[in-house]
Amino acid sequence: MCLAIPMQVVALEGGSDEMLDPQVALVANEGVLTAIRLEMADRIPAVGEYVIIHAGFAIRTLTTEEAEYNLSLMRRMAEMVERDDQQPGGVGR
Amino acid sequence: MKCVDEFRSREITAPLVAEIARSVQRPMRIMEVCGTHTMSIFRHGIRSLLPKEISLLSGPGCPVCVTPVSHIDAFLAAADLDQVTIATFGDLIRVPGTGRSLAGARAQGARVEIVYSPMDALTLAQREPERTVVFPAIGFETTAPAIGATILAAERQGIGNFLIIGANKTMPQALEALMGDPELKVDGLLCPGHVSAIIGAAAYRPVAERYRLACAVAGFEPADILAGLLSLIRQINKGRPGVENCYTRAVSEEGNLRAQHLIDQVFEPADSAWRGLGIIPGSGLVLREKYRFFDGMEQLGIAVPTAREPKGCRCGEILKGRMLPPECPLYGTACTPLQPVGPCMVSNEGTCAAYYRYSGV
Repeated sequence: MCLAIPMQVVALEGGSDEMLDPQVALVANEGVLTAIRLEMADRIPAVGEYVIIHAGFAIRTLTTEEAEYNLSLMRRMAEMVERDDQQPGGVGR
Repeated sequence: MKCVDEFRSREITAPLVAEIARSVQRPMRIMEVCGTHTMSIFRHGIRSLLPKEISLLSGPGCPVCVTPVSHIDAFLAAADLDQVTIATFGDLIRVPGTGRSLAGARAQGARVEIVYSPMDALTLAQREPERTVVFPAIGFETTAPAIGATILAAERQGIGNFLIIGANKTMPQALEALMGDPELKVDGLLCPGHVSAIIGAAAYRPVAERYRLACAVAGFEPADILAGLLSLIRQINKGRPGVENCYTRAVSEEGNLRAQHLIDQVFEPADSAWRGLGIIPGSGLVLREKYRFFDGMEQLGIAVPTAREPKGCRCGEILKGRMLPPECPLYGTACTPLQPVGPCMVSNEGTCAAYYRYSGV
């Protein structure tokens, strides 16, 4: 399943040894810190930036501005769909 | 960029729906290639918002669904071996092979663990050095680099008890094969968001040109999907089909080069069997010679006979867009999400599961 929701990087860890201690990004996933691998990321994110994740790997790094714009749009869309769902015969059905 | 500007100025779904209704001038057949699109279209009721002239067909973009029975049987054969743990993505576990599923094998005593990432399977192998951990490597171009990176990590760390059974597939070759089918008349393709993030929007140009097919790369939110559909409708109206990228926040023209390199480093193309579509030349990925050490089939000496599709199951026709789930004789009676016969009813991304959950029987 592809998750399109960008997650914010709260810390970068590791990186002392490319082989034994590769760098990972920590994201907060429902309050739990999860380590995300960066081997596939198009670029290494900075703390505060966002990543789109697939199977535990970051596949795309977004600047904070890009991600916040996208997230606000998604929230607004979700609100719209929810509102429509509550109306009988609304466009959400 | 056109699409994104529109997406931004409209921002919400209702105006997109209205614009789609205004734009449609004739019947159109559009295939959503990706299983996540299929699910999102159902979850958000998008079908009911579209004019009746638009027919949406589901394509071969659900990794579990296109994995043939013989591969499932290979995973089962590995699960039956002593000291083997299968570490698998969750939606594979209930897919029936010949006679049973991985969930069934677990009930009979096999060790089958669900993991979220191939890297979790590697961690499991490190934690339990006395066992061999086998990861069923299904998925498309988005998952293949993750598996490649995991193999490289295993090699670098000298972890010898981690194996994969390779079943990765690549999308452009499958689309070529599908679109070459004269019986399947499709006007436009809604191209998968995250596969495209890896392979790039340009990857669809050959198929778009050869078959004069409208293509739009789209994300997974309702407005993303509607913007993608609108792009397709406009391309079809103008008679100038091409490839438009409506998901520029994740997808570039050339794709993710680091991820492409990871695939190329560890895998090479090979012919691959797809459920319903048969063997498609060059549509699979197998480990390069250098990494054959990680090949579970070879290392564990697994050989499985050719397997038959479950009797009566029409997943193959459904994956080709030739049939809708309610037309299958098993749908909703012998085959339900609780007791699935075919993979399209098992996976969260399967067309039959989506139909069953959101439109009833």
